[in-house]
Amino acid sequence: MRHLLSIADLTKLDAISILDTAHELARVSDGAVKKLPTLRGRTIVNLFAEDSTRTRISFEAAAKRLSADVINFSAKGSSVSKGESLKDTAMTLQAMGADAVVIRHSASGAAQRLADSQWMSGSVVNAGDGTHEHPSQALLDAFTIRKHLGLGKSDLEGLTVAIVGDVLHSRVARSNVLLLSKLGAKVTLVAPPTLLPVGVESWPATVSYDFDSVIPHVDVVMMLRVQQERMTDLYFPNSREYSRYFGLNSDRMNSMKSGAIVMHPGPMNRGLEISAEVADSARSVITEQVTNGVSVRMAILYLLLTGSSLEAGSN
Amino acid sequence: MDTVDLVIKGGTLADGTQADIAIMGQHIVDVSQSFKGETKQTIDAKGSVILPGLVDLHTHLREPGREDAETVLSGSRAGAKGGFTALSAMANTSPVADTAGVVEQVYRLGQEAGYLDVFPIGAVTQGLRGEALSEIGAMADSVARVRVFSDDGHCVSDPLVMRRALEYIKKFNGVVAQHAQDPRMTVGSQMNEGEVSARLGLKGWPAVAEEAIIARDVLLADHVKSRLHICHLTTAGGVEIIRWAKARGINVTAEVTPHHLLLTDDLASSYDPVYKVNPPLRTESDVHALREALADGTIDIVATDHAPHPLESKECEWQEAAFGMLGLETALSIVQKTMVDSGLMSWELVAERMSHAPARIGGYEEQGQKISKGSFANVVVINPTKSWRVDRDLVLSNSSNTPYHGHDLPGFVEHTFFKGKHTLINGSVAGKEAI
Repeated sequence: MRHLLSIADLTKLDAISILDTAHELARVSDGAVKKLPTLRGRTIVNLFAEDSTRTRISFEAAAKRLSADVINFSAKGSSVSKGESLKDTAMTLQAMGADAVVIRHSASGAAQRLADSQWMSGSVVNAGDGTHEHPSQALLDAFTIRKHLGLGKSDLEGLTVAIVGDVLHSRVARSNVLLLSKLGAKVTLVAPPTLLPVGVESWPATVSYDFDSVIPHVDVVMMLRVQQERMTDLYFPNSREYSRYFGLNSDRMNSMKSGAIVMHPGPMNRGLEISAEVADSARSVITEQVTNGVSVRMAILYLLLTGSSLEAGSN
Repeated sequence: MDTVDLVIKGGTLADGTQADIAIMGQHIVDVSQSFKGETKQTIDAKGSVILPGLVDLHTHLREPGREDAETVLSGSRAGAKGGFTALSAMANTSPVADTAGVVEQVYRLGQEAGYLDVFPIGAVTQGLRGEALSEIGAMADSVARVRVFSDDGHCVSDPLVMRRALEYIKKFNGVVAQHAQDPRMTVGSQMNEGEVSARLGLKGWPAVAEEAIIARDVLLADHVKSRLHICHLTTAGGVEIIRWAKARGINVTAEVTPHHLLLTDDLASSYDPVYKVNPPLRTESDVHALREALADGTIDIVATDHAPHPLESKECEWQEAAFGMLGLETALSIVQKTMVDSGLMSWELVAERMSHAPARIGGYEEQGQKISKGSFANVVVINPTKSWRVDRDLVLSNSSNTPYHGHDLPGFVEHTFFKGKHTLINGSVAGKEAI
């Protein structure tokens, strides 16, 4: 495997191999010296053509812990914001000798365009493309779920996960539906009908409009961020009504199964899709998701750039 | 009889009969089983299909304004290569063809190019903004004699503006060619709304945004008893509405593009914007409904919606890319592949849908004539058994955004005659000096 563009490109074994590798690499992060020499001399470019703090920092930390040279290329103040085309940016990175490009872009498919083009030859890691996918987020979510609820198994067989909120515009939801179902979990999407895509019937997930009926039965509640711009686009009457039906508050949290966890990819809108009490509760694994993100991204970069065990069974 | 200029010998006419066609000056002077007279030149057309020159009711020639994408001349040459003897230049140029001055300029550029007739289409509204009517009467009365009016690229979405336009054009038996796309339902839309868009995270362009406008407009056309043409129909639901309207006697015609007869929305999975087009590629079942409708006459014509774009408009992210694909050089091959080779349509129906009917709708009296004595010599000679490979680097258009690059397509256009001028000779477009 040369690129990580979509969860759809991974086999179940590929995914487990990434999670297992992340598990091994997490020990490095726990040690006093948080660094491995594995990618010394390799150059990784963080091409962030869309604002993002946590994902960029997470990839940067991951690359640095593997001793890679990291170049940050972000939208603001760069040639991207001056209207340079993706092609020219890619060719520039190629000329600088990038071994891998981690790309965040507002256009769905931007990572695949980069990978399929002849513009550059390095590996491409999709760090979120428009409303398409965010595969490293799904992998870190699966890693976190496995750590808490996996009972020592390598996959997520038998677990139930509710993904709640703006599924229509969520790359996190798309990647998670694919990955969690691939790993054997049962996924239920919970959202107002306006925030589910036409065609969702074909996804490996069930759909519910009723959060209250779903919440007592799931092991994981994964909340999605509601973007401010949705408020004015007729998706729901107002933010209070959204909160009332689809927000995770203490009352709803109290109806969760014992041991069930709460997740959120961040950044959160406290008081909208998740209440402060829930976000800071014992069930919340939200900050741990951030920690795990570094290990999972180390695993991704490690496997892509050293070309080890991911070779088999993938494109 | 005097010595004729040229005889096309032994080809098969659309009705299946074999004939020799003699051309002198601008006209066909004889169609007979075996031409007996003297001729300066003979073309052996044994095994070939002879159709009247193709007429496209929907072409983007980009001139004036975007000559880097296409000019009237380069588009005319691409047309000749595809077997066309007439194109209809859409109004969304820069400046917009909303005045007599612009349509006369485009018409004149077509005459100067000389490879085929270029009939300008006039904008329905000023600047394609959908608000105030453009100089419809002046364009109709101009040298260009405009009869087809369209804001193509934009929908005439205001029902009152549409009503007035439909009424106004009755004065000279014009037609409004509607780009049926409800603008509110398609803000930022990127591709057909359905399973594929859900998966790819690309904003959907729902079928209902097309169907709702078609439904409204056939009712408007009925109410004011005017003539409506629906551009690039793409949905099974749209077909049903047109079928219903025709059964009620409403004066509506409809077109389908070659690409909507063949390609489907799953091609967007590559995120390659060469498949980005407006209206978007739809599903397999839509494609089948469109083919059936073209065969049974619910859809009257094939029109290319030839939409050239420069490289940089397609070498980018999907959502940044321009909508549209080339069509002129491949149209006939795609129709052969989807309609003739599949047994849905005879060559006679191809002649109807790609020549006679579009000429009738556009009011192009010197085009779409039967291949018979006295007609203008607009003739295309096709070898239906020869296949060819599309190469985007070899297209005659100034642009290269063909979705068929590397495809082997059936049916090779060997000769095109435009009013007696030999514009395509053994598959090669004639040099400008010969035109």
